[in-house]
Amino acid sequence: MTTARIDARFAALKTEGRAGFVAYVMAGDPTRDQALEILRGLPGAGADIIELGFPFSDPMAEGPPIQRAAQRGLKAGLTLQGTLDLAADFRKGDDATPVILMGYLNPIESMGHEAFARAANAAGIDGLIVVDCPPEEAGPLTDALDAEGLSLIRLATPTSDDERLKIVVSRTSGFVYYVSVAGVTGVKEAQTASVAPAVERVRKASGLPVAVGFGVKTPERAAEIARVADAVVAGSVLVDEVAAALDANEPTASRVLAKVKALSDAVRGARVAETV
Amino acid sequence: MTLVALMNAPLSNAPLTNAYAWPDDKGRFGPYGGQFVAETLMPLIHELDAAYTATKADPTFQAELDGFLTHYVGRASPLYFAERLTDHFGGARVWLKREDLNHTGAHKINNCMGQILLARRMGKTRIIAETGAGQHGVASATVCARFGLPCTVYMGAVDVERQQPNVFRMKLMGAEVTPVTAGAATLKDAMNEAMRDWVTNVEDTYYIIGTAAGPHPYPAMVRDFQSVIGREIKVQSMDQIGRLPDAVVACIGGGSNAIGAFHPFVDDEGVRLIGVEAAGHGLDTPDHAASLKGGRPGVLHGNRTYLLQDPDGQIVEGHSISAGLDYPGIGPEHAWLHDIGRAEYLSATDEEALEAFQLCSKLEGIIPALEPSHALARVAEVAKAVGKDGDIVLLMSGRGDKDIFTVAKHLGVNL
Repeated sequence: MTTARIDARFAALKTEGRAGFVAYVMAGDPTRDQALEILRGLPGAGADIIELGFPFSDPMAEGPPIQRAAQRGLKAGLTLQGTLDLAADFRKGDDATPVILMGYLNPIESMGHEAFARAANAAGIDGLIVVDCPPEEAGPLTDALDAEGLSLIRLATPTSDDERLKIVVSRTSGFVYYVSVAGVTGVKEAQTASVAPAVERVRKASGLPVAVGFGVKTPERAAEIARVADAVVAGSVLVDEVAAALDANEPTASRVLAKVKALSDAVRGARVAETV
Repeated sequence: MTLVALMNAPLSNAPLTNAYAWPDDKGRFGPYGGQFVAETLMPLIHELDAAYTATKADPTFQAELDGFLTHYVGRASPLYFAERLTDHFGGARVWLKREDLNHTGAHKINNCMGQILLARRMGKTRIIAETGAGQHGVASATVCARFGLPCTVYMGAVDVERQQPNVFRMKLMGAEVTPVTAGAATLKDAMNEAMRDWVTNVEDTYYIIGTAAGPHPYPAMVRDFQSVIGREIKVQSMDQIGRLPDAVVACIGGGSNAIGAFHPFVDDEGVRLIGVEAAGHGLDTPDHAASLKGGRPGVLHGNRTYLLQDPDGQIVEGHSISAGLDYPGIGPEHAWLHDIGRAEYLSATDEEALEAFQLCSKLEGIIPALEPSHALARVAEVAKAVGKDGDIVLLMSGRGDKDIFTVAKHLGVNL
């Protein structure tokens, strides 16, 4: 299984006794070259896992920041194949950091499930999150991914009751992504008090590490989540740095990576601070 | 169904007697349909499916709906013999099913009335809807005003600009109209934004989708609520023609008026079912909205169906002179009826629709909406093919008052 990279990373985090930091960036945002520079800088800035968004014209579950990032990626000409090529370029220089592709089903359907799974495996992708492909519809895609040893990472949400969780975590591996608020990306912030028991429930149902995302904008917030989750995901706040850099006519990579460093430092320090 | 039974069939939403029994228990019409939504919405979709299944079997619900359709919407709508159009085309007799005479001026109200009664039964206290031309937005605002529920309508900013009278109508009835600037700022973007609202307000909000598309159960539910059109056509045909028509012709955007007209006839093999898509500037140009004839299967807005898309699977904008038809997808049941060959799908260009719009106005004193003008544009050929002894029903899905500015502009008239 190529989920080996994901499993190894979470095992290492457990040994270190800390949560991981998952950085979401959009392929081709704002250009292919700058996106590659950002990707290559992410591990050094403290990203333990990379979520690489592939642009889609109709991102129904995204808030404005990631909608705009997708528009920039499309404008830069990043197709799904282009995203895989970008990931392959990153993989040449880094064989340890897990890369999870994240996006919507139609570009994958358009490429074909089997062709996509083969190409993703060849590009060094470890897993896939498809926002609009719930378990009920995931059979054919999961079959294709299984054949290539790729994991279809599942999303659990505040609306997932125990019955639903059983369905959500069937046929998955690597980790589970807990969407901490009912809503789109980058808008609402969850009550921390509600996150801890939810993470515990998802862990119990899946037997897998749980990454928590949606609404993580500040180091303080990242640290709060890091105390209760196995990993913390930030995305909107990072692609907003791309937008801000473009507005200020500054290089994008240094700005994005500085934000990654601030957030990942907070995640790394979270449990230490707690025990002190 | 025997003739006598047909004649005696009540104009209600009683279960259909078709042997054709799609969708299946997964909400699929063959390979189309399904439930492709964010995980947060899955429990809500299941809740809606269960609520709809229970409600449609409840006679008190059907009686309540029938009451409002009769006394508020003004059903049954007439089946009118268009004598002068018939003479003009020189073929089969042409009948107009007058959905344009419904309250709010289009077929959209049939579905909104059904869904608002369901939303009330589910205890939902806030309504959202998407709209393109504004017809579904107006129908949603109408039923929300009638039942005292707050209503937010998402509408592409471009559409808000070009459909000001409908925006004003919605506001008069107390709805909040939210312009959507994302993407191309038209119907598909309004639908994206409505989905984003729904996923954010899962506790109290009911989403009235306006066409027979979206995640299951919407395609089946919207079809069922619109099937009152086809059931009435059946009864009225038996009464006025003495037999079923040879063909039923309807325009297709998402396709809710067409599926409502077609569905009760699916098992009646002698009745040709003909959908007319919007060919915009022509199917050989990029500027059309014909998902079946110019698209290919994919997944968008919760269902698998034919979509206008580029080779990478990015959705492309539909174009039509009619804001009600420029959606880049089509209801999944039409995709299935197309593939199995039970319905035929043709197309008409902007120019052809404009000609038909004027023809109907002049010959019948009925100003049609631009949407059914597309269907009327194909009736000449169909009438000839069916022949003088035959009968064709054209679904007049809405009235054209909303379109007079667009048409005037194209005719070079300054209003």
